[in-house]
Amino acid sequence: MLVFLTRRLIGGLLVLFVTATLVFFAVFALGNPVDVMVSPDADQAERAAAIARLGLDRPILEQYASFLWNAVRGDLGNSFVYGKPATTVILERLPVTLELAIVAMVIALGIGLPLGIIAGLKPSGLSGKTIMSGSILGFSLPNFWIGLMLISIFAVQLKWLPSGGRGPTVDVFGIPLSILSLEGLKYLILPAFTLALYKTSLIIRICETGTRTVNRQDYIRTARARGVPPGRIVTVHLLKNVIIPVITVMGLEFGAMIAFAVAVETVFSYPGMGKLLIDSINRIDRPVIVAYLMVTCLIFVTVNLIVDALYAVLDPRVRFSASKA
Amino acid sequence: MKKMGVNIALRAAAFAVLASLPAAGWAADLKIGFSAPATTLDPQFHNASQNIAVSRNMFDTLVQMDPDSRIIPALAESWRVVDDTTWEFKLRPAKFSDGSPVTAEDVVWSINRPATIPNSPSSFGIYTRPIVEKKIIDDRTVQLKTAAPYPLLLADLTNVFIVSKKATEGLTSDKFLTGQGVVGSGPYKFKSYTPDDRVIMTANETYWGGKPAWDNVEIRFLPNDSARLSALLSGEVDVIENIPTPDLEAVKNNKNLVVAEKMSHRLIFLFLDSGRDETPGVTAADGSPLKANPFKDLRVRKAVNLAIDREAIASRLMQGLAFPTNNIVTETMQGYVPAIKPAYDPEQAKKLLAEAGYDKGFRLVLASPNNRLINDAKVAQALAQMLTRVGIRTSVDAVPFAVINTRGNKGEFSSVMMGWGAQTAEASSPIRAMIACTNKEKGWGPVNWGNYCNPNLDAVTAKALNTIDDAARSKLLQEATQIVHDDVAIVPLYFQANTWAAKPGITITPRMDERTSALMFAPAK
Repeated sequence: MLVFLTRRLIGGLLVLFVTATLVFFAVFALGNPVDVMVSPDADQAERAAAIARLGLDRPILEQYASFLWNAVRGDLGNSFVYGKPATTVILERLPVTLELAIVAMVIALGIGLPLGIIAGLKPSGLSGKTIMSGSILGFSLPNFWIGLMLISIFAVQLKWLPSGGRGPTVDVFGIPLSILSLEGLKYLILPAFTLALYKTSLIIRICETGTRTVNRQDYIRTARARGVPPGRIVTVHLLKNVIIPVITVMGLEFGAMIAFAVAVETVFSYPGMGKLLIDSINRIDRPVIVAYLMVTCLIFVTVNLIVDALYAVLDPRVRFSASKA
Repeated sequence: MKKMGVNIALRAAAFAVLASLPAAGWAADLKIGFSAPATTLDPQFHNASQNIAVSRNMFDTLVQMDPDSRIIPALAESWRVVDDTTWEFKLRPAKFSDGSPVTAEDVVWSINRPATIPNSPSSFGIYTRPIVEKKIIDDRTVQLKTAAPYPLLLADLTNVFIVSKKATEGLTSDKFLTGQGVVGSGPYKFKSYTPDDRVIMTANETYWGGKPAWDNVEIRFLPNDSARLSALLSGEVDVIENIPTPDLEAVKNNKNLVVAEKMSHRLIFLFLDSGRDETPGVTAADGSPLKANPFKDLRVRKAVNLAIDREAIASRLMQGLAFPTNNIVTETMQGYVPAIKPAYDPEQAKKLLAEAGYDKGFRLVLASPNNRLINDAKVAQALAQMLTRVGIRTSVDAVPFAVINTRGNKGEFSSVMMGWGAQTAEASSPIRAMIACTNKEKGWGPVNWGNYCNPNLDAVTAKALNTIDDAARSKLLQEATQIVHDDVAIVPLYFQANTWAAKPGITITPRMDERTSALMFAPAK
């Protein structure tokens, strides 16, 4: 077991190292940050001075070495434009995106679960067919377009909801949260719904298949034969089994939602992590781009590590074959 | 220009009448949608237009530019030239938002500070460097000395914000993001900042210019074009800058919006590589390499200048957001030559090309940004067609702004369309930066992508920059502009327009520079 975990850990570190290297050299292809950040009025002396201030005058390999050395110690450099640690800049945005992802998840589960189960219980009925064909729309309509349409209807035409941005916040242990006030929630509804649409369709699909399979199982039939009320069969016996794959998939999707809510955050001018990434690419804020991808990579590596460890605990075949190989 | 002003006035008046009823009930709060996010609140950390635009609301400079880019008093109520290298400024009795008075010591502190800021991605030091000595005469009088006569001192000082010594001493720039040190003498006081989202400010009741027009001002950062426009249409913000061009017609026709536009100081022009013997983007008509760089020949540069139908670009592509020109600065600025007018003559262009030995033409790659200037990639396509019509078979290489800068500085282009805003409001700004011979010691030609070099032009410009007398300098700058024109050092195309749209009930004072601030807007009476 220990051997297995050590191996996975080394593998994970290797992934981090390779990502760091690739990303570090890839951002150089984006262009020279000073070309974009320096005032057009700057003369050659000021341009050279700016390059020196940001440490960009050193040879690329030297920059790479000091980047790796600092990264090992948890320092991913200072953001050029904010003038403070890149990790701080990113972590400040984490709760912002987290709020969006959580609300989106609640919406996706709240709509997806019941609809999926209804469709699974009545696969050939009108409601089942309507739900299933509706879910195709959720899969195929692009995120940003949905966002624009929702803004145009609910913000511009009806003026019910704000068109974008983040709502007023309440400080909880020093972290500003907008999820706790009604006014703040109003700002979350449209972007969260946009983000949730694809996940909703996914949940509908998983639930529908699950329900159809489970519904044919003997224990459900037995329960039905014994006269258990249909409501109780669905909520107690069926749901428990249907929801397991949903949780697995949503766990993974949640990670992706935090890391890549880029399109939705851009359309809604929502100041989360995804928008930070896009803005940083536009202004070539190298440390933030690199740190962002490193943080994302770290999240995925950690999640995978935990999943691997859990598998090993649950399934002895995994750890035996791993230690033999 | 005049016609446009009348137009705006008419519109404003019409909407003021329409809007007079709801306006009466409004709380005097203003929400502005900006198209670029400010990333710092230290007004001296990062010299970038969006940061300056936000700082302007909370901080003062000694002198400032009026809407037509002419220098007017700000914190300094008056100034005089003591001798060719000494300027004396009299401060008005003003107070910082913490109640302490603005003194000559704060001014000296603010001029010294930019050079001491670590990690600045673009330093304000370029504006304070010419000042070699600062002398406090009394609490409200300060003398600044330059090493040589330096007529651009005032223009440079319009970018140097005066901060409070007491509030900023020993404070690092990132601390400002929480509001620490954001103590200015401007019309509004800092309240809160959310990165990439918004800045909230309240009126500074002790502002020297009287009670500000708005009780509360909120600046929202909405770089996405459709997000910015929807924010205005949904009432999330009261006014936006940079109306997205594809929506311009719809916005103008919308009776619930007021629109203002004004000629920008931003000149759109073409660089032609006239300096190098071999240039990367040019081949013969059959695709084989050319023996010589055609742009070294003045006749070819003249042909390019004549081949472009600027009026067509302005009316058909730009929907009036372009003002065709062959000058390099606008008519309110020093160095404008009224006699220089754009000409369109494709036949003459063909003749000139034939004379230069290019009767079969040649092939050219024209580079352009695709996310920076109004309609940039589309205009580049139109230019390519016009050049192709006279025999220069042109293809377009449109890339993002971040990429074009790096490639341009590496010298990868034979011709490229770019924009330049004359921040100093006179012709030496574009000449020094991108037309003068590249000279590291002098700091001239840092972005001279056309590799143009004419010692005569440099001499005239240098002389102008040593002349304190306004009239004499103006004449010299006109002479320099004439050289640029006669030699087709660059190909000026047009000045683009700045645009704003607001809810009715707000009057807009449009500006030539691109610095939107709460000071531009007032509730309609």
